[in-house]
This record gives sequence, C-alpha cells and structure tokens, in this order.
Amino acid sequence: MEKKVLSAIVENKPGVLTRVAMLFRRRGYNIYSLAVGETEKAEISRMTIVVEADEKMLWQIIHQLSKLIEVIDVINISETPSVERELVFFKVQADSSKRGEIIQIADIFRARIVDVAPESLIVEITGDSGKIEAITDTLKPYGILEIARTGKVAMVRGSKRGNNK
Amino acid sequence: MKGAEILLKCLIKEGVDTIFGYPGGSVLPIYDALYDSSIQHILVRHEQGAAHAADGYARSTGKVGVCLATSGPGATNLVTGIATACMDSIPLVVITGQVATSVIGKDAFQEADMTGITLPITKHNYLVEKLEDLPRIIKEAFHIARTNRPGPVLIDFPKDMQEKNIFYDEDAEVEMQLPGYHVASEVDLVQVQKAADAIRKAKRPIFYVGGGVISAEASEELLKIAEKMQIPVTTTLMGLGAFPGDHPLAIGMLGMHGSRYANYAISECDLMLAAGVRFDDRVTSKLATFAPHAQVVHMDIDAAEIGKNVEAHIPIIGNVKQSLQAIWEALGDQQSSGSEWCEKLQKWKQQYPLTYHASQEGRIMPQYIIEKLSEITQGNIIITTEVGQNQMWAAQHFIYKKPRTFISSGGLGTMGYGFPAAIGAAVGNPGKKVIDIAGDGSIQMNIQELATAVQYKLPVVICILNNQFLGMVRQWQSLFYEGRYSYTDIMCQPDFVKLAEAYGALGIRVTEQEEVEAALKQALDYQEGPVILDFQVEREANVFPIVPPGASLIDMVGGE
Repeated sequence: MEKKVLSAIVENKPGVLTRVAMLFRRRGYNIYSLAVGETEKAEISRMTIVVEADEKMLWQIIHQLSKLIEVIDVINISETPSVERELVFFKVQADSSKRGEIIQIADIFRARIVDVAPESLIVEITGDSGKIEAITDTLKPYGILEIARTGKVAMVRGSKRGNNK
Repeated sequence: MKGAEILLKCLIKEGVDTIFGYPGGSVLPIYDALYDSSIQHILVRHEQGAAHAADGYARSTGKVGVCLATSGPGATNLVTGIATACMDSIPLVVITGQVATSVIGKDAFQEADMTGITLPITKHNYLVEKLEDLPRIIKEAFHIARTNRPGPVLIDFPKDMQEKNIFYDEDAEVEMQLPGYHVASEVDLVQVQKAADAIRKAKRPIFYVGGGVISAEASEELLKIAEKMQIPVTTTLMGLGAFPGDHPLAIGMLGMHGSRYANYAISECDLMLAAGVRFDDRVTSKLATFAPHAQVVHMDIDAAEIGKNVEAHIPIIGNVKQSLQAIWEALGDQQSSGSEWCEKLQKWKQQYPLTYHASQEGRIMPQYIIEKLSEITQGNIIITTEVGQNQMWAAQHFIYKKPRTFISSGGLGTMGYGFPAAIGAAVGNPGKKVIDIAGDGSIQMNIQELATAVQYKLPVVICILNNQFLGMVRQWQSLFYEGRYSYTDIMCQPDFVKLAEAYGALGIRVTEQEEVEAALKQALDYQEGPVILDFQVEREANVFPIVPPGASLIDMVGGE
C-alpha cells in the first residue's frame, strides 16, 4: 500500500492525540509516522500523519478523523503540491579512519555533523523521503548504531492555506 | 452558586426533566442539589440500569436521555449502557462524579479514568477542569449528543468542582466553542437529481431503511416516496417502525433473520435506496453477493458510512429527512401505477410467509405469543427486547406501525438491555404500556430493576419466553456445532412468579397455549405496576429463516 500524508488541524487540548491514536488503533489503520506541534495559533495544533492506505481506506481515515469533535480539518497533502520534510539523526560507527569519509558523505547530502565521539558521529539531516532513504543506504555500510526520526511534517505550497477553516 | 446547582440549572435549560441515576460518594453534592430540584430523578438499582433506562427514554421519546452515577464502579457500571447507545447512535448525556481534582491520577478511592475508558464508546467526552467551563460543556454536550449522527456524550465532574462556589448568571448567553463540529449542511442537489433519475429508470427499486430514518424523523417523507413511486420497503432491525409494517409495500426485515421475501427482493433489486443504514454484517451477510444487481443510493448523515462496507454509486450525505424531501421534490409529478416488481413481491409474500411449526411437546410456541400480542394491541404499545431469540421473534412476528415503538439493542446486542430500557420508555411515555420481550437468560441480567419498576409503579410487562436455555447460542450450537450444548442449558433458575411477588410485582405463569391471550390481556390491563408473564415455551424452537454465517442472503435456511 502507498504511503499518504494527511495534515490534521486540531484543537490544542489534552487528550486529542489519544483520540487520534486510539481511532487508528481501533479501526486498524496503519500509522507510519505522526508529528504534532503548535501552529501559528497557540490554541491550534497541526498533526502530520503518514499512513499506509489505499484510496478507499484513505477516505475512511479522513472521514473518521473529521468526526472527532476536536479535529477541525483534515486534508490529503499527498494530492496537493506541497513540501514535505523530516529530520533524522543517525549515530554512525566512525573511528578516525572512517570519520573523513562520513563527513564527506554528510556534505554531499547537506547534512550536518552534530556530535563527534572517538568511535561515532551523529549526522543530522533534513529532507524528503527520497533523500533520507538515500543517505540511509549510503551510511549503512559504516554501521548505523541508532536512528531517531521526527516523522514527516508537510505544508501546502503557495499562498493558499492548506487548512482554511 | 455551587457547581452541583449550576449543573442542574444547565440541565433544566436543556429541557431535561428526568434523569436516571444512582448515588455515591463522588456525587453527594449533586444529590444534595437534586433533593429540592424540579428534576425528576429515577432511582435504579444498578448503574447499568440507569444507562439503559436513559437510552430507552431517548429512543422512545426522541429526547436526549440523561443518566448519573458516582465515580469508579458507579461510572464503570455505565460502560455497557454507553457502548450500547453509541453503537445504535442514541443521544445520551452521561454525568459521572469524579474524585477531587487534587487526587485525580493518584489512584484515589473510587477513581477510574472515565474519559479514557469511554473514549472509543462515546461521541465525545469531557472532564470538567474549571467550573467556569461547566455551562459551556453542558450546552456543547447536548448539542453534540442530539445533532448530526446522535450519540452518547460523557461529562466527568470532579467532586470539588461540584462543591465549589462561583458567580453564575443564569441569563448569560453561553457560547459554544466547537470549531471542528458543524451541523450537517444542505444536501447536494446534484446527487439528489441523480437519485431521482435512478428511481425513474429503475424496474426493481427497493428502499432499505434503518435507524437513521427514525432518528431523523423521516418516516413521513419515506412513506410519500414509497407510495408515489410504488417502491417496496424493507427495514433493518433498527429501522422497524420507520415504515408501517402492515402497509402493502412493507416487506419486513432483511438480513440474517429477515423474511425470505425481503432477502429475495434485495438480491434481485436493480436500485437500492439505502436510507440511514450502515450495511451491518447482520444485514448484508456475504458482501460479495449482497444486492449484486443494484445501483446503490446511500443516504446518510455520516460521511464515514459512505463506502465503509458497500460502495455507493450515488452517495447523498446529509440529514435523511432533508434528503428524502429533496428527492420527493425532484421526482415532481412522476407517478408509478405499480409494476410487475410489486406483483412479484406480493407473490413472494404469499409464497414464503414467516411461519413456524407447532410444538412437538405440546408447549407454547414463542412466536405465537408475539403474534397474539401484536393482534391484541394492534401495535399500539412500545416493545423493548432483550437480546437473542426473544429479540428476533419480537422483530419478526410483531407488526410495528409507528417509529419509536420497537426498542432494541441492535449494534452491540446487549443482553439485559430490554427491561431497564422499558423502564425508561415507561417513564418517558406516561399512560403507555411498555412490553419487554425477554428470554429467561437475558432477564436475569438486570432483574434487580424490578424494584425500580415497583417503586415508581411503572406499567411494564415482562414477557419471559422461558425455554430454560440460552436459546440463540443453543440454536447455533444445534445448527453449527453438532448439537453440543455447551453451557447453554439453564434449567436451574428462579421461580419467576415468586420472584415477581418477592419484589411486589404481579407474576403469572402460563403453560398452555390457550391461556396466552387471557394472560396477555390481564397483564395489559394491570395498571398498578410491573407484571412478569412467565411463558413456559417450547424448549428448542429456533429462529427461522436464518442466513448461516458467511452465506449469501438467498441461501436462507428453514422457516418454510
């Protein structure tokens, strides 16, 4: 099944995340990633949800989500011109002999080295799925010790507001 | 003013005159305020009874049902009732006491996380964290419960908030803050036009209607279109009463225990007008062969229902009453003078009537009791049911003529529902007889409510179709598990007549088929309080026809 990106504008209240998570669990939808944060208005949060779903299930997810009282709007970002980014940390095995190579790779991907230790490096990268997949593959041979990902955030391009309610 | 008093003032503002409840430590301030309130409080004997009674009250009156319980076990005892209401989209406002805010999360005495527990079984829920929010929360709760697709809303109200004093201006306008909740907008007239065109073209149309038609009060609109275009109407269990059961176009219930003619009709129709239904598995059975030739018009207020189980060719999202009215207008002067299709259905109706065999043991047939009741009362009562064979016989053999006269737990299938629901219906409809069609298994699940019915002198009649079996499960064991009756024989049971008497109710045992009519009449005439009719029925009568699980609707078994 294809990955789709949904953007849900929700009231910034305790329990909203539980409601959304519980809905996905109860109805058997697969969440690939979920990122939440405040928007330009403190009382409103944006959830960027990456789901694995076909068209039929996606319709269901959007409408079931929309029924939650505290969900103000849900849009399918995947079908709208949009920018999508995720931030990922890689802790890579790197003794002094490999450090130079890894730093070069990071440069090529416009990633940053944010921690250096005798036996490892932490590489920070921001990008879309393709870029993150590519750097993962490139770093793998050196030995990836840990990965931490934020989950994707997304926004509709242009001056049109993605969620205009 | 104290929080507890503000609560009652706000309830009165919402039109509440009756609540069903049970006191306890965390609702003492509310009960103290109730002591001299104009609100009538019905004291049940178990909180589950309060939830079901509020539900029966709501289903029979169309108003929002309200129930009240204390924190912890009181609140958790409501859970089955809340889930029952949620599955059938019944508007309830459920108020639970909660421990004081200072000890929430500390595992305090009688603490349970009610907003957490009820999250998947409510339309919405609230924990009152600031007393100033209470008027808004109550207004929102009622608005959410009764609009769009109705459902239960829970308000968890900590005890310290009930005690706290704040300034409360009764006349102040309360503003709701529901940026994500909008009452359904006008129906899409383009879709309506498509539906009207489809109706004009259809050779074998059928209405498939459910509980949504009853909650939207759309029976009149349904009847107008059905008569004008000569469209036969089948209803789900939840839709019984939405269309007069004695109308020539009525073809009864469809689905697992539907009539043969309804299931044949669904399987042959070329246009299905699905109104306020959700294509439940007990209706469709095998989805791949459900209504295989039909173009589907699906009218529902809940967009998430469209395409959930069955693909809709013409979805109409919105209030079903408005949708039907719009279709009626779009049809214009078009008339139908009947058709081969209607004649075919009439033929099927005569060929495959709902029938049953006489008892081999010379005992009363349960179906006979329901038929007699239907005949004597002419449908002029409210029927509630428990769950199981009693429920299906009540659905099949009683002719429902008006909405809100058949009250049953359809979605959740809650045993023990019928009697407390009957109490709620009796409270909500003074002067009206309410009959709970029960099994000897189900009735024992909330039998304690006899005390409630006696206390308030409610004219509820419990018809126990007593076969000393958990009949529906036994039937499945008989049909699908080689007759291995594993734990379904409940021969060991109380003497229901003595039990009735012990509670101060009237109890009558009926053992002969010839006595059925007289016993029913006696119970119907009895006005002093509840009656138990203990009908000793055929032990192994089955509900037929039945569509075996996973089979197509046309592959019904039995009942010929």
